Amino acid sequence: MAQEYRIVLANAGKIDPASLDDYLNAGGYQSLEKARTMATKDLIDLVRNSKLRGRGGAGFNAGMKWGFVPQTAPVTYVVCNLDEGEPGTYKDRTIVEADPHLLLEGMAICAHAIRSKQGYIYCRGEYPYIVDHLNRAIEQAKQRGLLGDFDIEVRMGGGAYVCGEETALIESIEGHRGEPRFKPPFPGVAGLWGKPTVVNNVETFANLPAIIKNGPEWFANIGSPTYPGTKVFTLTGDVVNRRPFEVPTNTTIRELIFDLGGGIPNGKRFKAVQIGGTSGAFIPDHLLDTPLDFDSMRNAGVTLGTGAVFVMDETRDMVDVVTRIAKFFEHESCGKCNPCREGTFRSYELMKKIEAGQATPSDVQNLTTLSKVMTKACLCGLGQAAPTPILTTLEHFNDDYQRRLPAASS
Amino acid sequence: MDIREIMDNYGDKPGGLIEAYHAIQKELNYLPREAITEAARVFGVSEAQAYGVATFYSYLSVEKRGKYIIRMCESAPCHVAGADELLKALEDTLGIKVGQTTPDGKFTLELAECVGQCQETPVITINSVPYTDMSPDKIASVLAQCT
Repeated sequence: MAQEYRIVLANAGKIDPASLDDYLNAGGYQSLEKARTMATKDLIDLVRNSKLRGRGGAGFNAGMKWGFVPQTAPVTYVVCNLDEGEPGTYKDRTIVEADPHLLLEGMAICAHAIRSKQGYIYCRGEYPYIVDHLNRAIEQAKQRGLLGDFDIEVRMGGGAYVCGEETALIESIEGHRGEPRFKPPFPGVAGLWGKPTVVNNVETFANLPAIIKNGPEWFANIGSPTYPGTKVFTLTGDVVNRRPFEVPTNTTIRELIFDLGGGIPNGKRFKAVQIGGTSGAFIPDHLLDTPLDFDSMRNAGVTLGTGAVFVMDETRDMVDVVTRIAKFFEHESCGKCNPCREGTFRSYELMKKIEAGQATPSDVQNLTTLSKVMTKACLCGLGQAAPTPILTTLEHFNDDYQRRLPAASS
Repeated sequence: MDIREIMDNYGDKPGGLIEAYHAIQKELNYLPREAITEAARVFGVSEAQAYGVATFYSYLSVEKRGKYIIRMCESAPCHVAGADELLKALEDTLGIKVGQTTPDGKFTLELAECVGQCQETPVITINSVPYTDMSPDKIASVLAQCT
């Protein structure tokens, strides 16, 4: 029987999130104190050796990312991505609601490593109450002098999904339209206002205090060897326990849905699960024993993504769900690059045609070709991942498509 | 506080344009023409650029909106939980379609993509306050709280 293992949610429900004293009594800010006694290079090496990888979806080694920031840069920025816009994801909200100082401490540890004096938290526009919550915590930490000369400002987004992409997020903090930049240069070299910038997800920062406290070997030995630690998953859809679970990364999808999640309600059978948000792959029954780590998921041809777990029972029609998702991407494409702007529009058009029972086999073939082109030709992750639900449902749930073709009913 | 004053308060904040727009919307629920021209003046950008920012983000609106902005999530987890029926019930109750404002200026109905409350779907927000596990029969009591 799979069990929860709490690192980033260790204090959740045990301390009053509004009380700095509660956080301090639970050992809070001691890791920051310890980190500040370390040379910046040693601190970066420690994080690299813990093998902590980005929890926003890209899975990049956090210490290595910090290492890209030039040692001699006079001005650097720490940016926290709290723009969790992937439908089905509510993990960052959960972490920050339960333990706001954990995030602030994690950001301040990163600030010491890259010698930064200014941090920004980019919070999605859907969470104005989290903005207030964080501002209160920042004020508390400043009054006690816990952040030292590191300042943190919260900026609120405006409801644009693309701003979860790190360079679009940077554009938005600068007060512009949230359109992704061409890479390189990467933010570690030229990010916010052209200065070296580390952008990490809330959950990545929230892991740092425990890693500093317990050491990199401790962390590297939890869960799967190449993507160690825990991951917070948020369950939604046709599953009994719709709530967040933090589990070691060697937990399988089946254990998460059926042991912790309590399985499918109303005696129905499992049909599919979409993991990682609305840009994630649709996963059929025969892949449920895949461990929930970045590499195992990728090797199975699916995605880990943000940690959203959207379960669908046997009554769900994949064409209906994917048509809705195609509409999402058509709406959220920022319009900067042609393959995404036009591609998401045509994908939605074709999905609607299929859903209406008016498509031909060549429409399905065109949709497949278009999807494959988009994965290669789009500028940023939005357009590259937008076809994933289409391609994976065509692969694993092809019957749902065939049933909609007029020839099939004649 | 007038628009000019609010905008001037944010002039010194690097990249503060979006923050200034949020502050104006907190007072007015939308961005009137003057907000765009003032933003261009204070942040030293063209009116076209200021308008470009105002129309990029779905939470910012250059159209006048009602006192209460109802946003109905239509993302996949809410979709399978009955968002279509809920939307139809909202439209029927309010007597308006998505994107419209009631004649008395009280309610505006909009669609939203995921508001991050997927533990209890479907979800609507009213002036950003989430109402989870919604159903058509709960609409009347939720709207009654808007006075």
